[in-house]
Order: sequence, then structure tokens, then C-alpha cells
Amino acid sequence: MADFRAGERVRVRAVDPEGHTRVPRYVRGQVGRIVECQGRWALADECAAGIAEPRVEPVYTVAFAAGDLWGEGGHEVTVDLWESYIERVREDGA
Amino acid sequence: MSGEHTSTPVAARVRRLEARLTEAGVVTEEQLDAALAAMLKGASPVNGARIVARAWTDPGFRERLLADANAALPEVGLSMAGGIQEQRLKVVENTATTHHVLVCTLCSCYPIGLLGPSPSWYKSEAYRSRVVREPRAVLAEFGLELPGDTTITVWDSSAESRYMVLPRRPEGTEGRSEAELAALVTREGLIGTAAV
Repeated sequence: MADFRAGERVRVRAVDPEGHTRVPRYVRGQVGRIVECQGRWALADECAAGIAEPRVEPVYTVAFAAGDLWGEGGHEVTVDLWESYIERVREDGA
Repeated sequence: MSGEHTSTPVAARVRRLEARLTEAGVVTEEQLDAALAAMLKGASPVNGARIVARAWTDPGFRERLLADANAALPEVGLSMAGGIQEQRLKVVENTATTHHVLVCTLCSCYPIGLLGPSPSWYKSEAYRSRVVREPRAVLAEFGLELPGDTTITVWDSSAESRYMVLPRRPEGTEGRSEAELAALVTREGLIGTAAV
């Protein structure tokens, strides 16, 4: 269990899965900051696929800088992401 | 993105399923209408406005609302448990230097129970794709010109979690009753496309 903490930097997995997912395309591969954990929910992708016992995972609110997403803009966009959508960013940025 | 909901394949499937169920005598049109009416019963921006007015007049409630909205809602006789499952509610507070605005880029997730049925523009592809990219310009088109140094956060919602904006209390409203204050709050204020 990754158990991300507020303020931690995470990268959204650059996936392009078949079928339903709740990873908006515009954040795939992008680095954001954990705002908070919302609680634990059944993974939407597996629910949509009809899996009888879908994985239940922490869901995090992750904030992205507009400059990272679009190359411009001073605002932030937050997206709710299941734990398996994201991975920890190492200190060297990799 | 899925475009207009009424023309999506899933909408056509829902209509076909309704027709099959009524043809087979499993359910009547009247029962379907009654189920929809029950879901929407009491769903109105008046609920959101009441929450805001209470938060403006009761600092303790405001604090509890921002910390855990689901736990605070029963204090004003409301809850997020009206649907198939209880949804999480997060209330985000506008200040003199920060502004929040809501969207759902994947579909049109929205706290219907607190804000009523969503406006058509909220579901439009134009709003959903543009507000995450250029919120300041989109808000200006709604008539909301924010100072250049205001920090803007766009909250992209999802099915299990919903958001509501707590607007700033307008100047010169000291001494007004909770009901008078609630009357100032608009649906657009609760989405963040208007100041109040």
C-alpha cells in the first residue's frame, strides 16, 4: 500500500486502458501534488468491467499546476485519482 | 469526452431498456416517472444556499463544514445519502485571494441534491474542456472578472466525490438573517461561475 501523504509528489501512470477509466487524458503522465485522501472506494475501472469483487483503494485528490498541464496559466486543477492510477515521484524527479 | 448526453449511445440504450421493461410489463411509465421524481424531490440550490448562509453566520458550523462536510450536513437537516450510495462532499471556500470553480471533465458529476439539476452549460463539452485550461477567461465570459492576483483552483469532480463552493459573504450584509442571506446565494455561486 503506497499510502501517499499530503504534499507528496506523484506521477499519473501514462496508461491508455481499454474500457472505462477515471483517469482523464489530460493528466496522464503528469506530476501533481497530493492534497488529501478522500477515503477508500471500489476501483471504478473494475466495477465498470463487471468484476465481482473490485479492488478497494484509497482515492486521492491530486493538484496539478496549469503550467505543467497546458504550458501556460497560473491556476491549479485538482483531479480525484485512485491509488493504482498514480506512482511516487523519486527525489531525482524520475 | 462524451459530448451532449441526450445523443450519447448510453442514453439511447437507457431509452431502449426503459421501453423493453415497460413493454414486458416489468415497470410502468408512471413508476419510472415516480422514481425520477423521488430522486429529484427536494433537490434544489436552495439547499446549498442554506448551507452557505449557516456557514456565514455560524463560525463553528463553517469550520466543521470545511473539515468534513458529510458530518456537518445533518446540522442543517441535509445529507449526501439520497442516491444509490452516500457520496463524499467537499466544500471549498472562496477568500479575498482565492477562487474555486467546479467541473466534471469526464461526464457531468454534480451534487444534484444540494444544487438541483445541473445547468445545460455545465454538461457542455465547451465548458468541460475550456474551464480546466483557461478558467479566468471562462469566468469572465460568465461576467465574473477576478483580480489578476487571485489564485484560481478548478476542481474536476468524479462520481463518488462531489464539490460545492462556499462563496464569500457580500459586503454590507451584517445583521441580515440566515434566510435573507440564503436568498443572496445563486446556483452559479455554488459552482463558482459567479461571486455569490
